[in-house]
This record gives sequence, structure tokens and C-alpha cells, in this order.
Amino acid sequence: MNGWDELDRFLRTDPRDVGCDKAMELLHVYVELVARHPDAARERYPGIAVHLRACGPCNEDFEGLLAAVADSI
Amino acid sequence: MAASDRGIGENQATLASADAESAEWLRTLGGSGAEREAAVERLHAILLRVAGNEVRRRAPRLRLSGPELDDVAHQAAADALLAVIAKLGQFRGESRFTTWVYKFAVLEVSAKLGRHFWRDPGVPLEGEDWERLPGRLGFDPAERSEWHDLLAALRRAVDEELTERQRQIFVAIVLKGVPADAVAVELGTNRNAVYKTMFDARRKLRAALVAGGYLDIGIRGRS
Repeated sequence: MNGWDELDRFLRTDPRDVGCDKAMELLHVYVELVARHPDAARERYPGIAVHLRACGPCNEDFEGLLAAVADSI
Repeated sequence: MAASDRGIGENQATLASADAESAEWLRTLGGSGAEREAAVERLHAILLRVAGNEVRRRAPRLRLSGPELDDVAHQAAADALLAVIAKLGQFRGESRFTTWVYKFAVLEVSAKLGRHFWRDPGVPLEGEDWERLPGRLGFDPAERSEWHDLLAALRRAVDEELTERQRQIFVAIVLKGVPADAVAVELGTNRNAVYKTMFDARRKLRAALVAGGYLDIGIRGRS
């Protein structure tokens, strides 16, 4: 990805984005669904999927919780 | 930003339908005596394991040493334990109980690392650092003439279109690389408020660059 694409990707906003609070509120539910059916998770919770792509800190928490769930399986 | 996804109520399962392991956790933690104490001890051990794993997972990107990482993990596990016990009645059976409690550990680690940033920041929030932006975005220095006008327009838009709060947060996160959680701590706010401010700033900046002809729908065709 070049600088133009990177800047464009960074500045683009998606109206479906639910924000950090809502994403964190449902993160445990979303993570379990992702662990079983990733496509279904994105389809059922598009606003969370969009948010996690745009928000580095929330995505970091998502990755951490997903790793914890994977470790426990 | 929208709230179109299904909410808590729509996901809610009855506790009667919770899996057997989750139901057992709720029964023992909600009980009393030696059985409850043993459950609390088991829960703490789980939270400490998850917090420790999470700290180690993030460690390569942190400026923390081994003992400091252990401290963060222990503090996160202790605070997560208190939070889980205080909020036990809020568990709705939407996930396994353990997944729900793992979240407390991960979020406590996240919050503590955000606060930790300012112990040895070396990054004042004041001042701007536009020279590093081309490199961060991946612009090739050899093609400076191609992107110079774009970034000059971006800088003008930051100065002219953003509110003081939006500019302050944009500068901290984008130009200085301060983590959003650390920005929230420094400004006495929370991650959601910082994200919302950046969301509005990003939208304004993109609109300004599109209006100026610097970005458009066909940008991906540019190589």
C-alpha cells in the first residue's frame, strides 16, 4: 500500500462504525462468534467489524481476547 | 457513528440456558463460605494467566521491562477480579462466563498500559512533527514532488478546518504517535471520546482534501 492509499484509508469514515463503547460492550459476544464463524460475525455485527478495522486500540483488545479464547479451547 | 448492530438485549440468553460450566461459576461465586473462596481463588488464577499472556503478547511494542510487565499483569488481574465480582449480576449468558471474564483482564491490561505510557513518555503533547508524517504514511522520499502538495493541503486543513480539541488529538495520535489510550489519560477523557473526536476530524479532513481535488474516489488507481 502506498502513501496515497494509506492516507485515504485512514481518513475514510464509515457511518456504520459503532464506536469504542458499543464495540467493547459486545466484544465477548463478537469474539466467540468470530472464533466459530468469522463471516457470520461480520455479517451480524457489521458496525463492530467496521470499528475494529478503524480503531487500533479496540482491535488490539479484540486480538487479545481472541487469543485468550483460542488458548482456552 | 451509528449503533446499528444488535444490542445487549437482543443477544441476551437466559441464565438457565447458560452452559453448565458458566452456571457452576455463577453458583459458586454467588455462594458463600469455603466454596466461594475457592472459586474466587480459581478465578483470580485465570485472570492472572490471561493478563500475563496479554501483557506478553503486547510486550514487543512496549517500552517496559520484565518486572514492570509482571506488575501490570498482577495489577490488571487484581482489578479485573474486583470488577468481575462487583458486576457478577450483569453477566447475561450471551457468551461463556470465562470469555466474559477474560474481557475484564484484557481491558484492564489495556487501561494500565495507557496510563503507563506517561511514566516515561519522552513525547510532549505540545508542538507538531509534520516531518515524520510522510514516512509514517509510506510516501517515497524520492517522489516528494508527487505528495508534497497533498500533505501541505492536509496541514492547511488541520489548521483551518479542525477545532482546537480535534487538532490537539490529531497531532498527538497522527504526528507524534501517542497511543489513543494515553491521549485519553492525558486529557482526562476516555477512549471513546478520543475516537469520536478523531472520527469527526478524519471526516472533515477528507472532505477538505476531496474538495481541493487532492483525494477522490479514483484514488486507488494511483500508483
